[in-house]
Amino acid sequence: MSVTFDEIEIGTKLPTWSRKTSFAEWNRYAAVNEEFVPFHMDDEAGRRAGNEQGAFGMGNLRYAYIVNALHDWIGDEGRVQEVGCQYRAINQKDDVLTVVGEVTEKNTIDGKNVVRLDVNVVNSNGEPTCPGHAVIEL
Amino acid sequence: MSDANVSYVTEEMHEAKGVWGPSHTSYPITATDIRRWAMATYYPEKPPRVYWDIEYAKSSKYGGIIAPPDFNPFAWSLERPATVARGLSGAKPDGKPLTGMNGGQTDTYGVPMRPGDVISARSRLVDWEEREGRLGHTMYVRTEIEWRNQRDELVKTRMSIAIRY
Repeated sequence: MSVTFDEIEIGTKLPTWSRKTSFAEWNRYAAVNEEFVPFHMDDEAGRRAGNEQGAFGMGNLRYAYIVNALHDWIGDEGRVQEVGCQYRAINQKDDVLTVVGEVTEKNTIDGKNVVRLDVNVVNSNGEPTCPGHAVIEL
Repeated sequence: MSDANVSYVTEEMHEAKGVWGPSHTSYPITATDIRRWAMATYYPEKPPRVYWDIEYAKSSKYGGIIAPPDFNPFAWSLERPATVARGLSGAKPDGKPLTGMNGGQTDTYGVPMRPGDVISARSRLVDWEEREGRLGHTMYVRTEIEWRNQRDELVKTRMSIAIRY
């Protein structure tokens, strides 16, 4: 069941949404987004770009995970109005990425139920990689 | 403290500031494009039915299949629209290459994209800032991107930050 506006309070947490990411996920995303950047595909290229562990994941895919986590929470009846984030850290191969979020505002504006959240994508070590915000309509 | 003697700002950036660049138009979006996008970004889970199940989507409030908000209709174009501001140099004043990074973005969504839609994109350089950072002298450039569909309805506005150091 999707969340309703009445169930949401300031401080309500977004249900955690996780994906383990590696070449299986990156190659699929590279294929649909035509994003064939060597440091996302090849460990040597990743090391040349300064990441000792090799290839690393796409920021755009983490953005997609935020959007998907929001959609799965609000369902088809809700609408993702805005998503913003900053790419502060890269994500490594086999990282389990978890989208987290917390409601910061809840308002009814011109008859529309609007909710604002702080969001982030946390890596396997619990480190935040892309702080941001989202606005949804319910 | 910013080093007043160093700047990565070019004359072309001054000329391009605030001026919309040329519009690029996507190929028509297909239901297969949308299904593949959703399968890739939800992998290994199955994506929501509104992105791929025609009968289900007809019964939804959208009345048909829609694309995920982050869907990119410009993938696999022969000419892709610019995603960073025009006029950015690839080199420092001393000739050494500038390193580029995606600093982040905020997307505001309008009407959803659907099969058959043709999206037009245009962009403009908004402004920039230079300061001394962890990586040395660094320039932050804001670019605005606007997407509209064939009915001139706003699909998406993106404010993105490109980092050069």
